[in-house]
Amino acid sequence: MASALINVPAKAKRGEIIEIKTLMSHIMESGYRHKASGEAVPRDIITSFTCRFNGAEIFRADLFPAIAANPFFSFFTTVTESGNFEFEWIGDKGFSETASASISVE
Amino acid sequence: MHPPPNSTRRQFLGLAGAAAVLGTAPVVTLRPAEATPEMLASAIRNVTGGAAVKTGKVKLDVPPLVENGNTVPLTVSVAHPMAPEDHVSSVHVFNEKNPQPNVANFHLGPHAGRAQVSTRIRLTDSQKVVAIAKLSDGSFWSASVDVVVTLAACTEEVI
Repeated sequence: MASALINVPAKAKRGEIIEIKTLMSHIMESGYRHKASGEAVPRDIITSFTCRFNGAEIFRADLFPAIAANPFFSFFTTVTESGNFEFEWIGDKGFSETASASISVE
Repeated sequence: MHPPPNSTRRQFLGLAGAAAVLGTAPVVTLRPAEATPEMLASAIRNVTGGAAVKTGKVKLDVPPLVENGNTVPLTVSVAHPMAPEDHVSSVHVFNEKNPQPNVANFHLGPHAGRAQVSTRIRLTDSQKVVAIAKLSDGSFWSASVDVVVTLAACTEEVI
């Protein structure tokens, strides 16, 4: 089933800007393709991705069918304390996945 | 010499030709509708609310020649400080010719430290890709890149 790949540095200095990379396995069916029989394949995409750090939202993305399969995101954040990143993907057909990663700040 | 014997054959061929033309017409209209430049403009208006969009500050990194439109790496970076009182609050990516003009919206905050986002997108055709950044003071900045796509996304049939 669905699985996520998260890349967060395990350690960082206080105030450092770190890069976070995430990948979620998902077909991202655009809804614009047709079967050989002619009927449209219904849309099945992830519509929203959110990253929170210790409960506070630090990054959010709205996704459209133009995002490639297995959505990949890379973004930056400033770390000021040790804590936990929570990632959440929400999509069509009740798709909902979460993942988390922790960082220790010295 | 003898037009009558030929006329039915000609009529038949004419009818067959017309039928073939009519038969292909619906196939053409069944193709997914392309977003038009007007749709791109209106999608941008939905984000900006009609405010002026200036060119600059935004850097849009997309390969100018794409072999596979199914997965096109895209990076948007905004040359602007990320201070609590003055930062990039969101980044919006649009395209000209996919079925929908929107690609993605990214919501950032001052804690991001650096206004840079990467993802992978789909492009159905050679077209213009536009990125717009909204700053916390309400101004909009943009960059656009023309991309040539050799293998289009989205149009292949499912087997």
